[in-house]
This record gives sequence, C-alpha cells and structure tokens, in this order.
Amino acid sequence: MTSELGDLYQEVILEHSKAPRNFRRLTSANHEAEGYNPLCGDRCSIYIDMEGDKINEIGFQGSGCAISRASASMMTQMVKGKTKAEAVKLFEQFHGLVTGNDEAAKAEDLGKMAVFGGVSKFPARVKCATLAWHTLQSALEADKKQEPVSTE
Amino acid sequence: MSTAIHRTGLGLSAQDVEQIKRDFPILDQKIHGHKLVYLDSAATSQKPRAVIDALVRYYEHDNANIHRGVHTLSVRATEAHDEARETVRRFIQAADANEIIFVRSATEAINLVAETYGRVNVGEGDEVLITAMEHHSNIVPWQMLCDEKRAHLRVAPINDAGELDLDAFEKLISPRTRIVAVTHVSNALGTVNPIRKIVQLAHAHDVPVLVDGAQAVPHLPVDVQALGCDFYVFSGHKVYGPTGIGVLYGKEEILAEMPPYQGGGDMISSVTFEKTTYNVVPYKFEAGTPDIAGAIGLGAALEYISKIGMDRIAVHEHDLLVYATEKVSAVPGVRLIGTAGERAGVVSFVMEGVHPHDLGTILDREGVAIRTGHHCAQPVMDRFGIAATARASFAVYNTRQDVDALVEGMRKAHEVFA
Repeated sequence: MTSELGDLYQEVILEHSKAPRNFRRLTSANHEAEGYNPLCGDRCSIYIDMEGDKINEIGFQGSGCAISRASASMMTQMVKGKTKAEAVKLFEQFHGLVTGNDEAAKAEDLGKMAVFGGVSKFPARVKCATLAWHTLQSALEADKKQEPVSTE
Repeated sequence: MSTAIHRTGLGLSAQDVEQIKRDFPILDQKIHGHKLVYLDSAATSQKPRAVIDALVRYYEHDNANIHRGVHTLSVRATEAHDEARETVRRFIQAADANEIIFVRSATEAINLVAETYGRVNVGEGDEVLITAMEHHSNIVPWQMLCDEKRAHLRVAPINDAGELDLDAFEKLISPRTRIVAVTHVSNALGTVNPIRKIVQLAHAHDVPVLVDGAQAVPHLPVDVQALGCDFYVFSGHKVYGPTGIGVLYGKEEILAEMPPYQGGGDMISSVTFEKTTYNVVPYKFEAGTPDIAGAIGLGAALEYISKIGMDRIAVHEHDLLVYATEKVSAVPGVRLIGTAGERAGVVSFVMEGVHPHDLGTILDREGVAIRTGHHCAQPVMDRFGIAATARASFAVYNTRQDVDALVEGMRKAHEVFA
C-alpha cells in the first residue's frame, strides 16, 4: 500500500471493520436513530440506553464500508459512559480531524480515534467516517426513532 | 478526426484503439503516479479532441443567438445548430429532424414527456408501466405524475440474471396502461432489453413506449424507426459529447399533439397578452436560448464515433466485456451483479469482504477510476439484496490492458481486506 493508503486503512481500522464492537441492536434502548448516506446507500442504526444524561449502553447495526464500520465500532467504545455534551464535543473534534481542521481536532482528546486522521487526505471518504457520528447526534437528540438522518 | 482507422474486419485492432486513445487528451495523464485507466464512462464519457475543438471553434468564431439575428454570426450559429440536429437524426435514424428535440439531459427528456404527454393522457386510476431495472430518472418523473393524477406505477419484474421477465411484463399491460417507459440498456446491470419485442407487445394494446437510451447510444447502433418506439431519450455527455445537452426523439404525430413543456421565447409563433400561438415542433419544446454550443459539441461527438463506426465499436466493447467478465469473475470472492445473456457497457460486481467504496479508493490509488455505489438504481440494489456495487464501464478508448489494471487493483484490495 502507498503511505496515504496505509494512513487511511490503518491496522486498527481494518481490525474493527472486520470485527466491529457493540454490533448489536439494544433491546434496552430508549434512544435510537437511523443514518443514511444517499451517495452510497450506506446505512447505520444507533441504539442508546441513556441513564439521565449519560450513555449507559450503546450498539449499532447497518451496512457500510470499512471506514464507516470501524468509525461506528470505535465510536461506540469511546462514547460509552460519556454524557451527551461530552459525546457532542467529541463529534466536533472528530469532524475536525477527518476534515483536516487541526484547530477543531485536538487529537489527544480523541485517543485511539486519532487513527482516522488519514481520512482527511481522502475527501470523498469523509462522509463514510462521519455517518455513525451524525446518527449518534440524531439519536441523542431524539427519544424515539426519527426520520433517517442524512449525510447530505 | 485525426484517427485513421484500419478498415479491416470487424471490431478495432490494438493500433486502432491506441490511436483513438490519443484523440482523448484527458486520458494522457497520471493519477497517483499511475497511468490513468478510466473505467467510468457509464457515469460520463471522456471527450475527444474533435468535440473540444468544436466548442472552442464555436465560441471563438461563430457565437451568436440563433433564430433571431440577420447578422452573419447569427446565421452561422443557426446553421451549425440545425446541422447538429440533422446529425442526431441521422445517428438514431429518425425520419425527420423535427422529431429531434434538444433538452439538457435524458432526465429532462423523460420529465418533459411525463409533464406534457403524461399530464394529458394519464388520469385517475390509469397506469404507467416501467421495469425493475430503471435508473431513478425513469422512475421518479412517473412517480410524480402518478401521485398528481392518482394513477398507479406498475413495475415489471426482472430475474436473478437481471433480465426483464417478458411474460410478466406482458401480463402487466392492462386496459388502463397509458405509457410504457423502459431502459434500452441498464446502467447498473448492463442488461440489453429486447426493445423491439417490448414495443410490439405494448403497441398490440395501443400503448406508446418511451425508451431510455442513455446507456445504449454509446454502445450500440440505434435505429428508432426499426425499434418502433414512440419516444427515445439520451444524454450527450455519455456519448462523448458535452454535459448539459440531451435529446428527446418523438414521433412527429405524437409531438404535434403534445402541449408545450416550458413557456418562453422560441417556443411561440406569436404572443399578445390575450393569446399565445405556439411554435411547431421541435421549437414548441425548446423555450429560451438553448445550449447552442452543447448541441454543436454533441453533433461533433456523434460524427466522431460514426466515422469509427458503431458496428465496430459494439464489437470492440463486446470483446472487452467478455474479457472483463472472465477476468473479474476469477478474482477471489467476486460475485457478478447482472449476468444477462445480452449485456453492454458495464461489469457490475461485489467482492466478499471488500466494500465497493474501499475498493474504489484502493483502485483510485492505482490510477483506475470506477464507479461505486447504488448507481441511481436503488430498487435494483434492493432486488439483489445489496447496498452498492462496484462498476467498471467501457468505452471505445478502453483496452484489455485497462481490464488487467482493474483486476490487479482488485487483487491488491483483496490482500488488504481478506
């Protein structure tokens, strides 16, 4: 692989895409949302069990590319136990990271998710990386299932 | 045209294609350090020097508005525009140049028919019959019409190979069917539909047929009179012409009865505040200053490929398709989507463990451009239980080496993800 391609498909991303964590529908979910990328047909459903303002449990389902699956998988690990405000802040930072906006990114806060920095070199793939996050935001804002949120 | 084709036998020799490649300036470049291999012509084809030159020549020498000035430039522009219409007529073997209406795209042509012919002829409880392999552009305009008129959209099914079920299609033609709209060649599957048979079946019930030829005209010789269809539509940019220009062919007697599409200049004979008399076809459907340069560019494109010969292009591309089908199928984990007996232009597939987007990104780094996604044909994706496919599509400038580059990139992707 070329170095840019290697930056995009880092080992941890490939590993999560092949064996995504929290890849399940949560029966206890009290918040959920469906995300959709009309450009590629990728779908992502997020299920959250909120306890007050805290994400107690989270799961996801759907179909998508390696980038979108790995992003969703690692996102669920990262936001579990976080408050709504913390999760929204992380999305802002993640968005900054994948769009190459260093000011917003503050990669140190993103921990393992900093591996998605390589996406910024592939503008056509930013929406793959952010689909789960858009869906998360929609789920946090809604208590019932809403109209699918779109990346467009 | 700079290309001197060796007129020996059918198809194109390797030298022929190398010469043709040189007619397309854009192909002479590197992408990420690799020679560009363009396999996305079904999305849009590249443009030969002849088309680019025609556009430059028009803007540098002849640019003026048409049908209105007495000055020399206006006369030249009008003549060039008329010539382009005649070139289109000849290319699809229409009976009369008045049956050729310039629009923006195949999409606009379908919308025009839905909004004029459709609005007059489709009423409450009537039916519009399409197929399960249509592009969104041959679904949504009919859905909008049916919603407005409380009519019903009927969809003829396809089999697992991606072929139209003709028996089911025939059974779906009812006394309420007002129009059949069907693609000539599927953009997602490559299936070539038996248009002549479809037209016979529909006409036996006095139902007119619109054919979406966007993916057919670049690949097959098209004769609208032999097909017998009532409308035929295509886009210029998929057949080596510029974007922003498309064609609606309609039988003159049907066009004459249809109400206008948009109102404005050029589509009228006379206007007072009390009454407007509409112009004759084709001008009745061409309100406003048209894309003059686009029409001239399209004419240049059709002349370019006519000189090579559509028969020979069809043979060349069929050879590529057979070669690509064999090579792509041999890559581990590949499943072809669309295995119809009659196919043209595209090889669509999914790869186990490699999402089409990831494949598209990896191929791009190898200089190979393909399309990934649902190809504006989501019902087709649903039919095959997938969200997306990878699609390699072919044009006159592609070679077996291009297919080899694709397959090599696919093997690399397999290594990364397997």
